[in-house]
Amino acid sequence: MKNKKKVSFPHLGNYWVAIEFLVKNALDADYIIPPPITKKTLELGSMHSPEFVCSPFKYNLGNYIEALEEGANTLMQTGGLCRLGYYGELHEQILKDLGYDFIFINLAKVSYRKPYTFFSDFKKVNPRLSISKLTNYMALMIRMVKIIDKVEGFIRENVGFEVVSGSFDKLQKEFLEALRKVKTKKEMNDVYQNYYKQFKIIKTKKPKKPLRVGIIGEYYTIMEPFSNHYIEKELAKKGMVITRTMNISNSLFLRKDKDIKTRIKGYLQYDIGATGTDTVSEALRLAKDGYDGLIHVKSFGCMPEADAMSVLQNISNDYKIPILYLSFDTQTSETGIKTRLEAFYDMIEMRKEKR
Amino acid sequence: MKKAYLGVDVGSISTKGVIIDKNNKILAEAYLWTEGNPIGAVKRLISELANQFEQKKYKVVGVGTTGSARKLTGTILGANVVKNEITAHAIGTTSLYPEVRTIFEIGGQDSKIIIIEDGIVVDYAMNTLCAAGTGAFLTSQARRLGLEVEEFGPLALQSNNPTNIAARCTVFAESDLVHKMQIGHRREDIVAGLCKAVVTNYLNNVGKGKKIKSPIVFQGGVSKNIGVIKAFSDVTKEEIIVDPNSHLLGALGVAILAKNKKSEKDFDFDINEIEFETRGVECKKCANNCEIICVFKDGYLIDSWGNRCENGAIKIKEQS
Repeated sequence: MKNKKKVSFPHLGNYWVAIEFLVKNALDADYIIPPPITKKTLELGSMHSPEFVCSPFKYNLGNYIEALEEGANTLMQTGGLCRLGYYGELHEQILKDLGYDFIFINLAKVSYRKPYTFFSDFKKVNPRLSISKLTNYMALMIRMVKIIDKVEGFIRENVGFEVVSGSFDKLQKEFLEALRKVKTKKEMNDVYQNYYKQFKIIKTKKPKKPLRVGIIGEYYTIMEPFSNHYIEKELAKKGMVITRTMNISNSLFLRKDKDIKTRIKGYLQYDIGATGTDTVSEALRLAKDGYDGLIHVKSFGCMPEADAMSVLQNISNDYKIPILYLSFDTQTSETGIKTRLEAFYDMIEMRKEKR
Repeated sequence: MKKAYLGVDVGSISTKGVIIDKNNKILAEAYLWTEGNPIGAVKRLISELANQFEQKKYKVVGVGTTGSARKLTGTILGANVVKNEITAHAIGTTSLYPEVRTIFEIGGQDSKIIIIEDGIVVDYAMNTLCAAGTGAFLTSQARRLGLEVEEFGPLALQSNNPTNIAARCTVFAESDLVHKMQIGHRREDIVAGLCKAVVTNYLNNVGKGKKIKSPIVFQGGVSKNIGVIKAFSDVTKEEIIVDPNSHLLGALGVAILAKNKKSEKDFDFDINEIEFETRGVECKKCANNCEIICVFKDGYLIDSWGNRCENGAIKIKEQS
């Protein structure tokens, strides 16, 4: 088809697979996967961003520029309950100023009370899109996100104990490739079931009571491994269970506001915006569950998470659970992070021995 | 021959080393400036230690390294333990003060707080992103006031009325200091104010949310500054213990860790004759362009690091 749109969306972990699925099937457009994030992506993004904006903005901008250079002509941005809600306008303006020509779909402008506005945005990409087609594929995309999260949750809890190093990584790549090929719900479920089985039979050597660490914090930095210096991998390598339930499924699709408010009673009375409230709720859940430690991750200057930190200190005192706070910006040296992670590991290990 | 253990702590500003016997008694100690050259500093350190040390009576069978250059120096010295400075400091301090509950540590570029219960670390924090309120900041401000950093402490004690100096950020502190200097605040008041600013900054940033309980041990290079010690005890209203070897406790800790390690290997003090060289190469296999550091010993590659993925791994050829 002529004039087929080439759509792109910034990277966030492995969710590009689900977005590609939606774009290809519902919007009948090509999907341009932004080149994998590298130091160059971050340099490009920082160069054209306001100095004090949070780092996810810089990463997103770098992705856009690299995707445009790969031929993308339609870019998407989402909304959010913090500065993220203003990313779109600014990204669009900066990219236009740089001289790029593209269509920008800013979902932050969509009113969730009027679903039609949502639909009309996507119609810009595919004029023949019908509401039923969109809702159908949206549902499938959500399903795919849940599958990805489920599988990755399993990987995090087990990869630290693999007998043959690299076995989880290798299967994960195959799994994502298989997921990219699916077209229907049935195919999607088959891939999921088939691979989940395979992940489960990967040989691992897990002690009876392994060290367990929970990762909590800001939306982007927690989910995009490049931006947090691959801390999950780094920690897992030391032989620990890593738990991070703050993913897209739980933050967007399965979130139950009421439950959260009841759970964190006594710690937080009001919603503190973005993922801040979830951070508190998740920290509390893991602390009660007897986790050995928590790592709080955020981009430098993230307000909702800075607010959450003072509440986390109360949880840390009440449940005697150590929390390591890490703030990331555009620094790319690993040494400082490694020192803090190593010390964290030593600490929780010695605490455990003592108990 | 009795057994002895070497601990080396290479920080951004200074390089510290101790040799201990099996009872953790210090047999030799050295402290010198890193001067931006960790390899050179370690070589000087080792020869200084060798001079103090009775090589006929003792034999070093274990080596540990810590500090920000721990990896590089660990490779050079063939260390059997390479440990982060938080763990090393905690081990060193608890060996001398088993009752300690809080460790304040302020070094050249970083500062940390370590909370201890029953002899083990239960919580810690380390400054991130910013070196405000560390030794390097004090040194640069001393220079601005025309003082040696060693004169700082005694001068601060002469002040009855410390000047208030913004403690939040080095840049703010510096401009605040300049303004107060220019409107006529006395030098000893400014110096005492700076010591206080370092302490408030430390407690507000690194110590935020931590329950500080005594006994408190203060260490790291800045613990040599009597003005900062006084400011700490004024603010916390607690006695601040500073060990005479407070600058060596990281090195001591890692020496103890080397002692506890089962593997033993004789250490050769003659590293001055050996040529160590590091070379940085850009990987160029992807846009990350990881800078890989290769360490050569007399021309042979002995270790490399800096690659983010397997593509950049440099294989070490077995030396015959």
